[in-house]
Amino acid sequence: MQGIKETLTTPILRNNPIALQILGICSALAVTSSLKVTLVMCVALVFVTAFSNFFISLIRHQIPSSIRIIVQMTIIASLVILVDEVIKAVAYDISKQLSVFVGLIITNCIVMGRAEAYAMKNPPLPSFVDGVGNGLGYSVVLIAVAIVRELFGAGKLMGIEILPLVTEGGWYNPNGLLLLPPSAFFLIGFFIWALRSWDKKQVEEPDFQISAHTTAKEGV
Amino acid sequence: MEYYLSLFIRAVFIENMALAFFLGMCTFLAVSKKISAALGLGIAVIVVLTITVPVNNLIFNYLLADGALAWAGLPDVDLSFLGLLSYIGVIAALVQILEMFLDKYVPVLYNALGVFLPLITVNCAILGASLFMVERDYNFGESVVFGAGAGVGWALAIVALAGIREKLKYSDVPDGLQGLGITFITVGLMSLGFMSFGGIDL
Repeated sequence: MQGIKETLTTPILRNNPIALQILGICSALAVTSSLKVTLVMCVALVFVTAFSNFFISLIRHQIPSSIRIIVQMTIIASLVILVDEVIKAVAYDISKQLSVFVGLIITNCIVMGRAEAYAMKNPPLPSFVDGVGNGLGYSVVLIAVAIVRELFGAGKLMGIEILPLVTEGGWYNPNGLLLLPPSAFFLIGFFIWALRSWDKKQVEEPDFQISAHTTAKEGV
Repeated sequence: MEYYLSLFIRAVFIENMALAFFLGMCTFLAVSKKISAALGLGIAVIVVLTITVPVNNLIFNYLLADGALAWAGLPDVDLSFLGLLSYIGVIAALVQILEMFLDKYVPVLYNALGVFLPLITVNCAILGASLFMVERDYNFGESVVFGAGAGVGWALAIVALAGIREKLKYSDVPDGLQGLGITFITVGLMSLGFMSFGGIDL
């Protein structure tokens, strides 16, 4: 049984949901072109993951295993509706930018994956912490990507100018590619590269081993 | 007719579900190691999208939208907040029905699709397409075309990626990029390629 602290911290770097478990990538890429939108998305996801884990764990002995997916879906969908309505009421502009992606938290594999893998087997409190931890692991990647994309793509952070743009009389020539969808793939790819260079255990085995080049002497 | 064709082309290429909106990424990355598996999943997604988007369109227009219950004598009821819950319910139920139907009547296809059918319920591309349909106010005809187009686009993308990955396994990739990392970079390049379709208007 892991301690509460490990449950909270392992998913952030050691067992990151995006970089290692390949969960929840869909929304990770689409909402990261602006930091403000990303932060709202992260808060929403942490909330949904934590509470869905908590509630599912609370009733885990009552759920018949044959219909557990539907039960989990219903709990998750209700929480997402709650979050969606709150965001629409409090921050309408941001909810417009997030468009369908708040709704897509329902099918975000982090939520389902953790509910299935952790909350069905553990008591409510650790499940709640596991939800928060995985939500944070997701947030770390998202925020890192969003900072790079907004800072170098638009010269701004949270809408405040950091690097004055050439078009506005400054010196920074923005890299427009970073605002387009493909850049998110590259950034996450590089993030995974960095993370795995730091923690060698996460490196995947190649399907085929490349043999060394033969030297001229061996060839003769 | 031209309008529908244009909508279809747009859904397949310009607004590709996988490469422009990043929907269904989890399965997109996980099931793209072999072309045969990718093709099976792609076909399953086309079938499910073509059915669920129009069905959700009917549910939205006749049950959930503001004033949609007028036919039942309740013109002031707005149930659109129940949208998410109903769409995911419809998708889960339809996938289940489709699975039973195929098992009984088309066992060949059922065996070919195998484990991918149940996986589709949690594929964000399916729910995403329904949400886009609501956001863009598509009517029934448009939603059929959009559903099919989105499915074809997604299938095309996953088969293409699987093709690249099959070739890529013989290449010498740096340690940290091995597996998932290089897949991300590949998808990024593909997405860049698909961006060149932007601006095409039929």
